[in-house]
Amino acid sequence: MKKLKTTTKIDFATYLGVTLAFVIVYSLQKAGSLSNAMNSWLVPICSFIVMAVSLNLVVGISGELSLGHAGFMSVGAFSGIVTAMSLTNAIPSGAVRLVLAILVGAVFAAVTGFIVGVPVLRLRGDYLAIVTLAFGQIIKDLINCLIVGYDSRGLHILFNISGQKSVTDLHMDEAGVAIIKGAQGAVGITKLSSFFAGYILVMITLIIVLNLIRSRTGRAIMAVRDNRIAAESVGINVTKYRLIAFVTSAALAGAAGALFGLNYGGLLSSRFDFNTSILVLVYVVLGGLGSIWGSVIGATVLYILPEALRSLQDYRMLIYAVVLILVMLATNNAQLKALLGRVIPKRKGARSNG
Amino acid sequence: MKKILALLLAMAMVFALAACGGNSAPAATQAPAAEAPAEAPADSGDAPAEAPAAGEASGTFKIGGIGPMTGDAAQYGIAAMGGAQIAVDEINALGGPVQFEFQAEDDQAVADNAVNAYNTLKDWEMQIMVGAVTTGSCVAVASEAYNDRIFSLTPSASSTDVTAGKDNMFQMCFTDPNQGKAGAEYISTNFPEAKVAVIYRNDDAYSVGIRDAFYAEMSDSIVYEGTFTADTQTDFSVQVKAAQDAGADVVYLPIYYQPATVILTQAKSIGYAPTFVGVDGMDGILDQEGFDASLAEGVLVMSPFSASSTDDLTVSFVSKFQEAHGQLPNQFAADGYDCVYAIYNAIQAAGVTADMSNEEICDALIAVFTSDDFSYSGLTGEGMTWSTAGEVTKLPMAFVITDGVYVKP
Repeated sequence: MKKLKTTTKIDFATYLGVTLAFVIVYSLQKAGSLSNAMNSWLVPICSFIVMAVSLNLVVGISGELSLGHAGFMSVGAFSGIVTAMSLTNAIPSGAVRLVLAILVGAVFAAVTGFIVGVPVLRLRGDYLAIVTLAFGQIIKDLINCLIVGYDSRGLHILFNISGQKSVTDLHMDEAGVAIIKGAQGAVGITKLSSFFAGYILVMITLIIVLNLIRSRTGRAIMAVRDNRIAAESVGINVTKYRLIAFVTSAALAGAAGALFGLNYGGLLSSRFDFNTSILVLVYVVLGGLGSIWGSVIGATVLYILPEALRSLQDYRMLIYAVVLILVMLATNNAQLKALLGRVIPKRKGARSNG
Repeated sequence: MKKILALLLAMAMVFALAACGGNSAPAATQAPAAEAPAEAPADSGDAPAEAPAAGEASGTFKIGGIGPMTGDAAQYGIAAMGGAQIAVDEINALGGPVQFEFQAEDDQAVADNAVNAYNTLKDWEMQIMVGAVTTGSCVAVASEAYNDRIFSLTPSASSTDVTAGKDNMFQMCFTDPNQGKAGAEYISTNFPEAKVAVIYRNDDAYSVGIRDAFYAEMSDSIVYEGTFTADTQTDFSVQVKAAQDAGADVVYLPIYYQPATVILTQAKSIGYAPTFVGVDGMDGILDQEGFDASLAEGVLVMSPFSASSTDDLTVSFVSKFQEAHGQLPNQFAADGYDCVYAIYNAIQAAGVTADMSNEEICDALIAVFTSDDFSYSGLTGEGMTWSTAGEVTKLPMAFVITDGVYVKP
């Protein structure tokens, strides 16, 4: 163990921590000692962990501000739902359909990320923030125009730009099932997601992101973040490396979206609005920019917090906000850090590499 | 030092708030014994005695409510849950063998939060559900409730997707297509030859649902259709001007009342005075703060409930609601109230007891709700019946706003 670098140790600790948490929660779940409420948190927590980790890749590692991460989640969720539902008859196994849906969601989101990223990432400055903000809105509106259904003849897709079409315009036969009904969202989804699938996705995300960061590519991405001119001067293709980070992040968000979408009976495109993007950004900032395990913990804690405060009724969102401010103050408090530093002597080194 | 002070202050605030919140929690489920003997709705005897009664209904049933209590849509959830609470208090004050415990959970009108709220209520051992208030949430919750066999009556989730394929889901409100059809019938009867314009919100399931049905019936008479989204509902000058240019003399507004106030104001400012026809979401327009109610004169509202009705039931409900919430109840509140009483009547007709399992209660209540001789009369309609699909059948009511109150035309 001594030979391992500190960063490697932290990475293994992250894998181990996530696995340990999974084993404990999973065995509790199998033993039936989790409440219904807790059971219903598990899959969304996994989705939001993947969202936060993937956004951290853009915001923390690549140093770009992205305000449309929920847009990629939306693309992944709806393409995943369409995949899973239209294959109901062809592939009876739910697990296989879930995996396919997550893959399709990731591919669609990656393609969208590529389209958004190619022009924008060539520019300097805050353009990515502006464009991703607009992208999030555009995706929401596009999905509001989307009408999708399937019947014995296959998949029917209608793009309702004039606003005057509805499901009947798909001209499906009698066995036809509408999957996405424009603004009325995706309905009648068969629930496929499970906590186990969520765990696997989180682990895959961690392995991809951590290995990317520690690789040659990751060091190039961080070099571009730290000093673009210096990076260019040693021959690093700035746009290429920023694009790698951005597209990877989009693909993972799409996968998270598919997992999330297939966990509920119905889903509206308005779920993935600007607020959701900001929420994920808050997870990342609170967990620590650039800190992957921080994102995991940030997403978990902040997802549970408003749910755990339910007993406070109307005050819960107020207290949630106050707690957010408290945590931000506490994590930036020099005295507190010094105190932690004394308790955990090696903390200083760990933090700078985290 | 300052930072530590700030931290301490913030912590003090959290605990102070937590204390407030903690105190208010139990109040929600207690029946106010001191309250004057509440009169049961005039119809509580309507429940058929010859229903498949297995025995005497008794016990304390746990009813869970789900709706947005915070966030953009909070007013709908607070109204519906407030109305349900009043009904629960009245029933408990009657002191009969059937008592209710009621708990409302917040979903912020977000589907996945609604599922969390639902599971929280399940931990509380909810037996019957009133909710969810908003359509998107209700679709997600409905599939959970269907799997768990929990009988559900939603006050206001109006899409057909809510009930589709789920025998345990029932609606107290009109479905969107029925409402669109009713609007089309009303306009074609009362305004034959009229040129119709529609302004609707195309990112909202409710608005689109009504509009699609309306369009299917009226497509020949429609001369203009304008759309907006949640982000653009503060300015309608383009849509209003286009409707005027298209020569529309009836403007159908399948939208909520807040954007409608803007439309009315802007129509007035360009001197455009068609007949505006609103849907049940239009109810509440007269109480909108900062809105000159005289602009709403002559607007037709197709709402099942009017707070200015003078029958005993409405008057009593309105005064109780005002006492509790300081404002006039809208149709969401009335729907919530009716949900609880409809469930109460059905429980008595079915003769279920609170110690039965969810499945037994669910099956018994489904049998009662879909039976031919079960009907319910309350705030939002007379003689309502439910189909096996879970949709309610009741007469739509149209009101014209005259001198600041609803008047039947």
